[in-house]
Amino acid sequence: MSSPLPDRRTLVAIYRKMAQIKLNDDRFISLMKAGKMVMPYYSARGQECIPAAISVQLTNDDYLVTIYRGIHDMIAKGVPPKLIWAELAGRSTGTCKGKGGPMHVTHPESGCMVTTGVVGAGMPIGCGLALATQLRGEKRVTVTNFGDGAANIGAFHESMNLASVWKLPVIFVCQNNRFAEHTAFAKGTSVARIADRAKSYNMPGLHVDGNDPVAMYHAAKEAIERARSGGGPTLIEAMTFRFNGHLIGDPGDYIPKDQYAAAVAADPYPKYRKWLVDNGHAKEAELATLEGEVSAEVDAAVKFAFDSPLTDGSEVYRDVYAAA
Amino acid sequence: MSEQINTIQSLNWALHDAMEADKNVIVFGEEVADPEGGGIMKCTAGLSTKYGDRVRSTPISEMAFTGAAVGAAIVGFRPVVEIMLMNFVAVCMDQITNHAAKLRFMSGGQTHVPMVIRTMTGSGFQTGGQHADFLEAWFCHTPGIKVVMPSNPADAYGLMRGAINDDDPVIFVEHLASYWNPGAPPTRGTVIPLGKANVVKTGKDVTLIGYSRSMLDIPVVAATLEKSGVSCEIIDLRTVSPLDMDTILTSVKKTGRAVVVHEAVKSFGVGAEVSARIHETLFRELKAPVQRVASVDSAVPFAKQLEAAFLYSHADIEQAVRRTLT
Repeated sequence: MSSPLPDRRTLVAIYRKMAQIKLNDDRFISLMKAGKMVMPYYSARGQECIPAAISVQLTNDDYLVTIYRGIHDMIAKGVPPKLIWAELAGRSTGTCKGKGGPMHVTHPESGCMVTTGVVGAGMPIGCGLALATQLRGEKRVTVTNFGDGAANIGAFHESMNLASVWKLPVIFVCQNNRFAEHTAFAKGTSVARIADRAKSYNMPGLHVDGNDPVAMYHAAKEAIERARSGGGPTLIEAMTFRFNGHLIGDPGDYIPKDQYAAAVAADPYPKYRKWLVDNGHAKEAELATLEGEVSAEVDAAVKFAFDSPLTDGSEVYRDVYAAA
Repeated sequence: MSEQINTIQSLNWALHDAMEADKNVIVFGEEVADPEGGGIMKCTAGLSTKYGDRVRSTPISEMAFTGAAVGAAIVGFRPVVEIMLMNFVAVCMDQITNHAAKLRFMSGGQTHVPMVIRTMTGSGFQTGGQHADFLEAWFCHTPGIKVVMPSNPADAYGLMRGAINDDDPVIFVEHLASYWNPGAPPTRGTVIPLGKANVVKTGKDVTLIGYSRSMLDIPVVAATLEKSGVSCEIIDLRTVSPLDMDTILTSVKKTGRAVVVHEAVKSFGVGAEVSARIHETLFRELKAPVQRVASVDSAVPFAKQLEAAFLYSHADIEQAVRRTLT
């Protein structure tokens, strides 16, 4: 782990968010496999560190834009898991009354402003949220997430340029999980490091081990401080890996077996837990208690979702236009 | 006639008055600020000098600045962005149709996108196939967006104020050939609500329905027809989507005949939708099938004589009316 270390409370707070992400993800998959939920689900298992280490430094006033593989970002940002569960189960109590689903969860109260299902499309919108903040003289930061595949679409380049020209308080977080859908990173990307592209847009680019919570914490800290103080945008490329393919059901045959095995051996979740205990930042019993609490929270969220009424069909006529 | 103004002036007034009335109105697009000329048509002239940072010239990045308008709109701004020519919407359709149009619905009503996209188009300037298309049907086919297409200076003012006040995303299509046409000035402060058509002239034999450019042609043809005893009722849709079916059906119920005229190409266009809806509701009361007059289903051509062959003529409108009378 990189130094200096954040304080102990922050280290544990990061772990709690990671546990929330992992335990919810495990349960989504088990309920899908049991046939109790049907949805296109893009698991972020393996990418927990990134949003956890960023979000412990944000408040509900800061804006989040994320993508179809984004439930980890939402949970870390503070979207209540029970509202996500209800959304994915198509219930009237869901964040969006079941009208958005996993690719469009929205929860402005916690700052989750837009979730997009279109690769790269969140970045222009992130620029607009940051523009709003700049025009109002506020201190909010906008974090807009995307994958390595999105670094090759026009929206990335246009947004990086606009954010730089207007010095917008936005952080572009590229969660590089090494595969753009089924295509290996190097086959579709002209540079070895996406962070190097920041130079072309005259903004700082940070290349960081996204599976190292402390390194990730420091990269995010630097970018957040820059944005809050009017210093403009930052591109962070956080290196990571996804364990469950592009979406649930994808057997991942395109991933070399040794690469996959090495990534699983370096799974950041158990690795960080062990590091916390081994280095005296948390006691085994403390983490076990924490995990029990998170597990109970997941149980309650699942119950809340399935106890809630299904959204009525009449909702297709609502929210198309403003009510007359 | 000296008190008349043109549409460039009336839109400029509308933007000035809207920015004055609401500090959340912001304007951006290519060359809209004064150092860059105040807009290629000067519709935004003077705004940046008066309102500073709320008016910004952008890089040539329609996807970035249209998306930025979406982002600013969902947190309370009312952006008015200029996409210089309507064909250029194609490079940022994702932001318009997948995001601006759908965020209200997909968020279950938690967010909405009160933005206006100003754009202009029109054949007759020999600009060829990528600078002159009327593409309103693309957006009319997208639930969540409103489409406004004014035909004269006073309507342009009132509809722009209405579009900016509206809580949904609006595509506001300005017609290139009529920017300089003089017309009665608006009363400043007048807001024309969206979704209401305007009965420009009453008549009893046939209803002529148009918007944007066709509202320059329909009255000319109607005047000719009146001389031969055909009484025409004329409806300017003003807002193309959502359609004001009440006004259309009330009129066609009375006349029993209808002709829809637009500059956009004919197939799968607004004329088809208006015609279908009239037939669905008034089939037994119609005295003749509804007729469509539109441009030829081709790209907009370059050469002058080809442009003329592409666009409908006054004779086409007159013949369409005659077909309903026989």
